[in-house]
Amino acid sequence: MSKALQQLLYKMADDALIIGHRNSEWTGIGPMLEEDLAFSSMAQDKIGHALALYTILHEHLGQPHPDKLGFMRSEAEFTCCQLVELPIGEYDFSLMRHFLFDHAELLRYEMLTNSSFLPLAQLAKKVKGEIKYHVLHADTFLKQLARGTEESKARMQSGLNYTWPYALGIFEATDNEQDLTAQNVFTGEEELKKRWLEKVSLIINNAGLTVPKVEESKIVYGGRKGYHSEYLKPLLDEMTEVVRLDPSAEW
Amino acid sequence: METPVSELLENNIWLALNQVKDPEIPVLSIVEMGMIAGVKIHEHKTEVIITPTFVGCPALHVIQQNVKDELHKQGIDAEVKIDLSIKWTTERMTAEAREKLEKFGLAPPPHISDDELTEEQLNRVRCPFCHSTDTTLRSAFGSTLCRAIRFCFNCKQGFEQFKPVT
Repeated sequence: MSKALQQLLYKMADDALIIGHRNSEWTGIGPMLEEDLAFSSMAQDKIGHALALYTILHEHLGQPHPDKLGFMRSEAEFTCCQLVELPIGEYDFSLMRHFLFDHAELLRYEMLTNSSFLPLAQLAKKVKGEIKYHVLHADTFLKQLARGTEESKARMQSGLNYTWPYALGIFEATDNEQDLTAQNVFTGEEELKKRWLEKVSLIINNAGLTVPKVEESKIVYGGRKGYHSEYLKPLLDEMTEVVRLDPSAEW
Repeated sequence: METPVSELLENNIWLALNQVKDPEIPVLSIVEMGMIAGVKIHEHKTEVIITPTFVGCPALHVIQQNVKDELHKQGIDAEVKIDLSIKWTTERMTAEAREKLEKFGLAPPPHISDDELTEEQLNRVRCPFCHSTDTTLRSAFGSTLCRAIRFCFNCKQGFEQFKPVT
């Protein structure tokens, strides 16, 4: 059980840390001031969530200190999905990734509020209230841009088509997941994917965009097993540049 | 009648905690914010339990240290723990806290009745300057994690609000 629980916490924490880092790359260059603030605030939330999850790994499951987990692991030890690694690209891509990722996160945390693993259930109850704001933000802009001009609509649709196979990779199965279900820790990725598809499809359709077909999607797997896109390594190099100058420094 | 020592001590602790402000909301103490989840007095040490407003709140470590320092001034050695088991929501803020926020120019969070966050709930906010309720949400994210940006159609000014958190 503890192996499967560790895997769950690591992938959630790694997703949060990496998407948090990517969100922070919008600081100072957002398309308008409010979006600059939004992506920067969400970055701060996500990195806070990553820290809270690494802290649970450290305090309850005997894993190394959160700073070590965040900054001193190699690329292959990270189990984030490839969706979160992709560079921020244009705003349409970042917005679509944010929409697809945050809905999955909100549903995941909602499921985890009933987890039999109490530290995670408590964190989930707390984090859920924060992610609601992320989802509200994503939904608002998705709707506005999808119903905006021909160009904005076309860009949202192509952003969706590009991001979709990566987003489906969020739900990549991991070994021993059935242990989590059996012990009522987490209902599992398949159930999460089902709820997510229902939820995002509804919003995408209402916005007048077309939901890509799951069965025709070349889903991007690998992240959960430590196989990553070419973009994760440079991100980690940049993120850890200062700490690697002197890993023993006190902060 | 004499007051028991532990009661005096507890009083002093709460007085000291009332001196500690949230660095991002300088008009409110962490007691008024509802951030104190418990005070436990043991024989040799005192424990203060804090529940954070936001998980990623960057002011948390400063607050922890300020609590220690303030209690130290009273000759009390305290351990300050963070605990998520008691969840902070904006409903934990006192009525006085809400008043102080409004005077400070920060619209207090609307009361949220259930676990759902709707746009309608988010919009029940009056302008802290002219008190009109003809206001709109400009951005759910502001200068700190706990603030949102709104605009008042009546006095034509932008203002900040403390976000409702469930």
